[in-house]
Amino acid sequence: MEAETTPQISYRPLQHFGDVLRSEYCKLRSVRSTFWALSAAVAFNVAAAALLAIFLPGHLSAHDKATIDSTRLSLGGMHLSQVAIGLLGVLVITSEYGSGMIRATLAAVPQRRLMLAAKMTVFAAAAGITGILASFAAYFTFQAFLPARDALRTALSDPGVLRAVAGGGLYLAVLGLFGLGLGAILRSSAAAVAALFGALFVPQLIVTLLPASWQDTVSPYLPMQAGAAVFSVRHEAHTLAAWAGFGVFCLYAAAALGTAYALINHRDA
Amino acid sequence: MADARLALVRFRNPCRQTLESLMIEAAGLTKRYGTTLAVDDLSFSVPPGHVTGFLGPNGAGKSTTMRLILGLDAPASGSVTVSGQPYAAYRRPLFQAGALLEAKAFHGGRSARNHLLCLALSNGISPARVDKVLELVGLGSVARKRAGGFSLGMSQRLGIAAALLGDPPVLMLDEPVNGLDPEGVRWIRTLLKALAAEGRTVLLSSHLMSEMSLTADRLIIIGRGRLIAQTTVQDFLAAGSGGYVRVRSPQASALADLLTARGAAVARQAGHTLSITGASCDAIGEIARQNGFTLQELSEHQASLEERYMEFTGDSVDYRAAGGALAPGRN
Repeated sequence: MEAETTPQISYRPLQHFGDVLRSEYCKLRSVRSTFWALSAAVAFNVAAAALLAIFLPGHLSAHDKATIDSTRLSLGGMHLSQVAIGLLGVLVITSEYGSGMIRATLAAVPQRRLMLAAKMTVFAAAAGITGILASFAAYFTFQAFLPARDALRTALSDPGVLRAVAGGGLYLAVLGLFGLGLGAILRSSAAAVAALFGALFVPQLIVTLLPASWQDTVSPYLPMQAGAAVFSVRHEAHTLAAWAGFGVFCLYAAAALGTAYALINHRDA
Repeated sequence: MADARLALVRFRNPCRQTLESLMIEAAGLTKRYGTTLAVDDLSFSVPPGHVTGFLGPNGAGKSTTMRLILGLDAPASGSVTVSGQPYAAYRRPLFQAGALLEAKAFHGGRSARNHLLCLALSNGISPARVDKVLELVGLGSVARKRAGGFSLGMSQRLGIAAALLGDPPVLMLDEPVNGLDPEGVRWIRTLLKALAAEGRTVLLSSHLMSEMSLTADRLIIIGRGRLIAQTTVQDFLAAGSGGYVRVRSPQASALADLLTARGAAVARQAGHTLSITGASCDAIGEIARQNGFTLQELSEHQASLEERYMEFTGDSVDYRAAGGALAPGRN
């Protein structure tokens, strides 16, 4: 059969991307897990900040209070909220592979990289907005529950504090994208969740087995340590500066997403 | 009733081409999974205006072929086009071809309407169209219910709704009647026939022969990934060893001897019943009259699609093509 020239309606790439964005936004907002994961991220942050502000001041000496990173302390809930955001990042893509929906998705959008880019964009926006919200909510909760005139008090105008609080939100968003990348590579919820939290927590344990000098060299570059720099105000000798650390953390996520981007066109769905 | 519903299918398709060029065309498709050849040098074409049945035993490669058509899997060699282009080359493919691959391929937590809306938005299809196809497949009343709670039959309807979103000229349905109740089976048969009558290309896979014989008018038969036959249902049935004449008579034994003497093949069955090939109803009736035999039954039976299919594929263990006429281009 001779291939006739197809009278396609004129193709506008931006409009096409817009359509796929709308589709991915529809997917994200129409499942309950999104609501729960994002709510949990905020709730963990706020609850942990309140508890820390209520119980911690009585246990710390004046010297402790003077040297501790109070802003990072107020973001103590991140340990839990990162789990919620990370899970959501993974599920955004692996739930499609798990259910078989991915074949309907790719039949509707055969331009797979466009689909992946739209998914990333929509998720990054949702996780970024929620992360920053959760971070500021934690900071203000912490301040509100601290005793008046406590030495742990800080102001957003203090050096590095605003950056650290906003950085907490960015950390969550990039962590979620790291999960999305691993999910797109591994295409299985269980495998990707294990890989994500393995990458965050396991290297830290392994490093403690190394000689002390090696620890100081390697540990700043581990994903979680590097990422934590952006929501810390005080940086020690062997931690990276805020944006340098965040940059390293972004590289991990970029490596995962880049691999997924490279692979997606070459695999059977 | 069905006609009134079908009117809802009407929808302005901006990518509509002349119907004559709309079809699926596969050339030398080959797909390997590890060491298994799932599809082996498969060439066929699905013309517009017909329901083409895609037949083959489980594992014959039907679903793999459909995934290859949709560009979900990449062939090791060969190519397949939908209306002249590879499916994945289309920017808004839902307007070109609609497919139902798996019934339960959706997120169980999403409502039926949201599931369709997510797919529709990616191709710039309006929410109004989503509501229309939901009505068309009879899911209007449960549109906002979680799809995870749907029965298999409702899931099939949701899958069919997704396939119809873009009002495409080409439809591919993998085992769509699985899990449907008799009313549902009848509905989809009417729908597919009507869509084909409008000039659309309909490819329907099933291993339910009786359903296939009622719905399809053309057949593509594959086994072990290879083309066995590409023909019309009519030719396929006619080319077989075909029908027989069934006779019931109190003098069955004497009649059998007479017919055998005249060169017919007679199989004796229980209850004075004979199955006769090689003699027509007319001839048998005349012989019975001349000899004063009483006939309690004299009926002609055509082989069913299922019998013909078993005859065709069952004998050859490796499903090799049996006749040149039925498998053009292969030997």
